[in-house]
Amino acid sequence: MTGTAAASAVHRSGVAGTEPLVRARGLVKRFGDITAVAGIDVTIQPGESFGFLGRNGAGKTSTMRMIGCVSPPSGGELTVLGMDPVRDGALIRARLGVCPQDDNLDLELTARENLTTYARYFRLSRAEARRRADELLEFVQLAERSASKVEPLSGGMKRRLTIARALINEPAVVLLDEPTTGLDPQARHLVWERLFQLKQRGVTLVLTTHYMEEAEQLCDRLVIMDDGRIIAQDSPRALIDEHCTKEVVELRFATTDLESHATKLAGVGDHVEVLPDRLLLYADDGDAAVPATYDRGLRPTGVLVRRSGLEDVFLHLTGRTLTEA
Amino acid sequence: MAHPSAAVLEYHLVGYRRVWLSTVASSLAMPVLFFVGMGLAVGSYVDRGGSLPVPYLHYIAPGLVAFTGLQIAVGEGGFPVLTNFKWQRIYDSMAAAPLRVTHMIIGRLGYIALRVMVAATAFLLVMVAFGAVSSVFAIVLPLVAALVGLAAATPMFALAASVNSPNVMGMISRVGLLPMMLFSGVFFPVEQLPNVVRPLAYALPLWNGVELCRAATLAMPTAWPVMGHVAVLVAWAAVGLLAACSRFRRRLGT
Repeated sequence: MTGTAAASAVHRSGVAGTEPLVRARGLVKRFGDITAVAGIDVTIQPGESFGFLGRNGAGKTSTMRMIGCVSPPSGGELTVLGMDPVRDGALIRARLGVCPQDDNLDLELTARENLTTYARYFRLSRAEARRRADELLEFVQLAERSASKVEPLSGGMKRRLTIARALINEPAVVLLDEPTTGLDPQARHLVWERLFQLKQRGVTLVLTTHYMEEAEQLCDRLVIMDDGRIIAQDSPRALIDEHCTKEVVELRFATTDLESHATKLAGVGDHVEVLPDRLLLYADDGDAAVPATYDRGLRPTGVLVRRSGLEDVFLHLTGRTLTEA
Repeated sequence: MAHPSAAVLEYHLVGYRRVWLSTVASSLAMPVLFFVGMGLAVGSYVDRGGSLPVPYLHYIAPGLVAFTGLQIAVGEGGFPVLTNFKWQRIYDSMAAAPLRVTHMIIGRLGYIALRVMVAATAFLLVMVAFGAVSSVFAIVLPLVAALVGLAAATPMFALAASVNSPNVMGMISRVGLLPMMLFSGVFFPVEQLPNVVRPLAYALPLWNGVELCRAATLAMPTAWPVMGHVAVLVAWAAVGLLAACSRFRRRLGT
């Protein structure tokens, strides 16, 4: 593996010892009359992979921008790497890696030039900038596109290049805002694979996502945000165990009157959630619950038994799905 | 351990490296056309009147150098800055690094000053070829043009950081540049202008740059003391810089 740049981030993050990398207490962000973040408490430890899960507009990006020291908090306390983001912003940013929601690469420059010019903002020598750029291009599997301009690169390639750029200063923490939103499944898996490697090397990752699969794969611990508040926090597994049954039966019907079907299922499994197009029947043993639905006289056109996931936790806690508008 | 502003300048130069020749050509096109067209053709009539102490071609050349500074600054200080805020979001990426707003601005100002000096030097060579230079002080022309560039670029930065559409900046370069060129003493002394508009010419950067350039090329006195003209240009650059810093901070710091 070539990524010494990424590997040495392990040592850097280790320096902080037991002190949390990010500590927020009652953190608030307001834009005029709108409260984007309504008083959240978050503690992120070195080496952990931490996620903010929530729908669009839940306050995830505002939180990330405050942690990234580009947006001052409107209230509450925040320390990043033990420092004050308002007073020591530049010092903190020198040790952060930021991958924003929308790629902001220079489309006119080559992939490599995007990395080498950015490296110079961190006071790296030209030789060191070139060395790290080549190493990181290798790491994100873009070595062959090193000399091509960014403009014609695919969305997945641009995303990987943005991630490489975020690693150029061997950061103690990498902030990733919706790292795979807008990517096709194949490109998404490639990004996940690279991020998983970083995580295995002990790089602290802080990411926002509204993909539960992403959160389950990458996060050791996560908070679920809704309307600017944290409504739950734990490891993905613990959240699922706490808020959901082991399995879910997804039932589809020819009729649109799902409410009356749901009433008929009272007593079967743990509880039923009604979605616009299907019923979700929560039960520890899904296969045992299916015959029971037939016993109640229901004739579903589609039946799917699956393990419950973070999507179900979110639905349970908010009454809405993660992706609905 | 490069200074952060130098790193920003370096970033702009990496892109410039690929296009510098074509930008020199395009920055020179308008001034050279005016130089040849007005200087030689119109000049042959003007020179018959004998109202100028020097050939008309020589009279307008230094003003065109100053104009080159204005032209590049308005172009590079406006639309690309808006693009870097709004569409390419380059300033967001810089703000995420340990850069401050002043580094971003000074780095780009350095880039604009360099571009102006390259174009001004190229034009100066054209002038020498036409024998339009009669003093060694002409060597300062690129510097004066760069100062005009800074005086115009900083307010353009502030404007570009305050708007969401390129319309206003398009207006300035399409309908603002030409009047400034026509009424800032490039082609005729501003004393020919009606009294009411003359103060406007005095206050704008271009006329002050034109006076300095003409004095340097033709070894003649400036309208005001040299330091007076320089002071006007520095004042524009300084006030513009303060405005640009504050507008950049506001735009980035949400």
